[in-house]
Amino acid sequence: MKTAVIVFPGSNCDRDMAVALERATGQAPAMVWHKDASLPAGLDLIAIPGGFSFGDYLRCGAIAARSPIMRAVVEFAQKGGHVLGVCNGFQVLIEAGLLPGALMRNANLKFVCRDLHLTVGTSDSPFTSAYRPGETITVPVAHHDGNFVASDAVLAELRDSDRVAFRYVENPNGSRDDIAGILSDNRRVLGMMPHPERLNDPALGGTDGGRLFDSLASALVRA
Amino acid sequence: MKARVHVTLKSGVLDPQGEAVRHALGALGFDGVNGVRQGKVIELDLDETDAARAETAVRAMCDKLLANTVIEDYDVEIAG
Repeated sequence: MKTAVIVFPGSNCDRDMAVALERATGQAPAMVWHKDASLPAGLDLIAIPGGFSFGDYLRCGAIAARSPIMRAVVEFAQKGGHVLGVCNGFQVLIEAGLLPGALMRNANLKFVCRDLHLTVGTSDSPFTSAYRPGETITVPVAHHDGNFVASDAVLAELRDSDRVAFRYVENPNGSRDDIAGILSDNRRVLGMMPHPERLNDPALGGTDGGRLFDSLASALVRA
Repeated sequence: MKARVHVTLKSGVLDPQGEAVRHALGALGFDGVNGVRQGKVIELDLDETDAARAETAVRAMCDKLLANTVIEDYDVEIAG
């Protein structure tokens, strides 16, 4: 399984993401700089890591979403490629139009940085097949702008099409419907604020996040 | 030609920063402030000399980058 991690100026979870991907797939991902115009050939998955791309200028993820490599990422996703966006990566995917809604400043205006409980919304995706629906898992969050906002119609569509991948048990940021992560229409793009790559080793305090990468490894190796 | 873009949150979108400012104003003794909405002003210096063309271009910039039209509205002001 061939993977890539996109690196922007201000990305700071790219190495953690690379470690998590290598652990699950046995192969180190290609690290792709934002100014590159094309992706390595034959990719199965692209990961957009957390961080503060371009200093969060204008809006979180807005500048990164218009960088040269993102044209190739959008094209990859439109052709059915798998894309994972975590934290700032989720903001980038929304700004790039690959996922609906918007991520606003946390309702309590505080930067939240701690382990949180999430409920798995669906196991029907290549990202979540190793979880049971309704299961509670522990994954850390670290963000200032994770308050998911979408119209009633978009929320209803996400619910009705079983595209809410994760919900917060205790909502830390004001997100509508306690949404922590959502899937695209074809279920091959996942954006989430919590950081599964930060909890994938017993030495780090847990492995609940690692199962997301295990899900991907088994789904994409079979594919 | 100069352009000024005002980006504001759409009505109905909760503005936690504006709410915090409103509370702080109350704490300073400014009574009677019923609502605060925070936005952005973006000033552009353009080569374009035709006002209509400038406005069309700036609106395209707003739709593509300067505003997130899921949650924000914008106004464009062209000044010679």
